[in-house]
Amino acid sequence: MMAWRTLSIIFTLMISVILVPNAKAAEITVDLSDPVVQITAGFAGTELSVYGVAPGPGDVVVVVRGPIQDEIVRKKDKVMGVWVNKDEITLEDVPAFYVMASNRSLDEFLPGGIANIHQIGLENIQFHPAKGSAEIKDWDHFRHALLRNKQKQGLYKWDPQPLIFLGNRLFRTKINFPANVSVGTFGIEVYLVRKGKLAAFHTTLLNVRKFGIEASVYDFSHRHSFAYGILAVIIACFAGWAANAAFRKA
Amino acid sequence: MQIYLPIAEMSVNIFVLLGLGGGVGVLSGVFGVGGGFLMTPLLIFMGIPSAVAVATEANQIVASSVSGVLAHWRRGNVDLKMGSVLLVGGVLGSSFGVWLFTFLRELGQIDLVIKLSYVIFLSIIGILMLIESIKAMRKSKAAVKAKAHHHTWMHGLPFKMRFRKSRLYISALLPLIIGFFVGVLAAIMGVGGGFVMVPAMIYLLGMPTAVVVGTSLFQIIFVTANVTVLQSVNNQTVDVVLAMLLMIGGVIGAQIGAKLGSRMKGEQLRGLLALIVLGVCAKLSFDLMVTPEDLYSLGGAVGH
Repeated sequence: MMAWRTLSIIFTLMISVILVPNAKAAEITVDLSDPVVQITAGFAGTELSVYGVAPGPGDVVVVVRGPIQDEIVRKKDKVMGVWVNKDEITLEDVPAFYVMASNRSLDEFLPGGIANIHQIGLENIQFHPAKGSAEIKDWDHFRHALLRNKQKQGLYKWDPQPLIFLGNRLFRTKINFPANVSVGTFGIEVYLVRKGKLAAFHTTLLNVRKFGIEASVYDFSHRHSFAYGILAVIIACFAGWAANAAFRKA
Repeated sequence: MQIYLPIAEMSVNIFVLLGLGGGVGVLSGVFGVGGGFLMTPLLIFMGIPSAVAVATEANQIVASSVSGVLAHWRRGNVDLKMGSVLLVGGVLGSSFGVWLFTFLRELGQIDLVIKLSYVIFLSIIGILMLIESIKAMRKSKAAVKAKAHHHTWMHGLPFKMRFRKSRLYISALLPLIIGFFVGVLAAIMGVGGGFVMVPAMIYLLGMPTAVVVGTSLFQIIFVTANVTVLQSVNNQTVDVVLAMLLMIGGVIGAQIGAKLGSRMKGEQLRGLLALIVLGVCAKLSFDLMVTPEDLYSLGGAVGH
C-alpha cells in the first residue's frame, strides 16, 4: 500500500516536471497588424488589428493603454457673469489612451478582484491626486470629469470593443486610434480568464510616433526652439516678399 | 483632404484652412486691416488651442506685414525713425507680453484672458466703426474734420526728437509707450495691433495719414517676429504648417480683396466690417457667459 502510494507520488511529480515546461509554453500569442502607429502629414486616425491565439478555453480581454502622464483637471466657476477656471487638481498616473476589447460583456466573466488588480475598466484605473493637489476634498468629481472628457475626446472608451473568436482559439479585434492620439509607448495587454481565474496574460508594446515631416517639425520645435522661431520668421519674411514680387509683376 | 498640424496636434481639412486664410485675406484687402483680430478668434472657434492660434497668427502677420510694407516703402511712406522708436517700445512690450502669456498659461487663465481681451477690443472697435460709418452715410459729403494739432501735456515730456518724415518734434517717450502697449497686445492676442496703432499715431502723435500705415506695418514686422521667436522658445506653440497654409490663403485673398475694395463704397464697407467685428465679439462673449456643457476641463498633460 505504502509502496503504491510512493509510486503514485513519483508518477505525479514526473508528470508535473513534464508539464511545467508545457505550462510555460501555454502563453497567449499576440500579433499586431502594425508594430508602429505612424502619425504622418495625412494622419486622420487609424485602425489597428490585434490577433492572438489563446492557449486554452476561456474569455479574452484586450486592454490598450497609452503612456502614463500627469493631467491637470480644472473646474470653472462663475465670476462676475463670466465662467472662469478656479479649482484645479493634478492627477498622476493617467494613461493617455485607454480602450478595451472582449468577446463578451465583462461582468459576465470577469471577477471584480481581477479587474481591480489589473485596472481593467475605466472605473478601475487608479489615478492619484498629486501631493500639492490633495487639499481638494471632492477630488472624485475631478476623476470623473477626467474620464468624461477623455471619452469625449475619443481617447477613452467605457465599453469594450467587440472581439471575435475565429474558430476555437484564434481571436481578432480592431482598435481605433483617433487623430488626436498622443505619441509614446502603448501597452497591449491580453488577459485570458477561465472560470473566474486569470489563466494567462500577455503584454505587447506598440509604438505610436510622429513620422516624416510632422515628426521633424515637432522635434525641431522642442529641441531647438530658438532656431525654430527664427526659421519661422525667415519663412514668413520670404513668403511676404514673394507675394509682393509675384503680384507686382501681375 | 485632411492635414495633421504638428504643433496643434490635430487633423484639419486643408481647404478649410486655405479658405479661412483666403476669406480673412479678402476682408483685410478690402478694408485695409491686418486681419489678425479676425483670424485668431476664428482659429479658436475651429478648435485650435488658443495658445497655438495666438502664436501662429503672429507668425502669419510677419508675412502679411512684409508684403504690405514693401508696397509702402516704394512709395516712400515709411518713417524709419518713428518706426524704429515704436519698434523699440514694441519689442519691449511684446517681450513682456509673452512673459505674461507664459505666466497666465501656467495659471490656466490664458484662454480667459485672450477671449476677454478680444471681447473688450472688438466691442470698442466695432462700435466706433459702426458709429463712424453711420455718421458718414448720413452726410456722405461732409468734410472730414482735420484734427488740429493741439498743444497738450504730451508735448511737455522730455527726450524730444525730431521726426522729419512725419514733420513732428515730440518726446520719444510717446511712441515708445504706444509701441510698448501695442506690443503687449500683439503678444497676448496674436494681432499686429494696427487697429490700435493707426488711430494712436494719427490722434495721439499727430502723424500725417500718408505715412501712418507704412510705418505701422514696418514696426509690426519686428514686433510679431519677436513674438514668434519668444513664443517658440517659451511655449513651443508656433505651428509653421498652419502658418504657411494661412499665409498662402491670406496672400491670395488680400490681392483679390484689394481689387474688390477699390470698387466698393467706403462707408458701407466700414459698416460691414463693423458688423463682422461685432458678430465675432458677440460669439466670444456668449461663449464666456453661457454655462459650459461641462464645468470641468482638461488642462493638458504635464510631461514627466
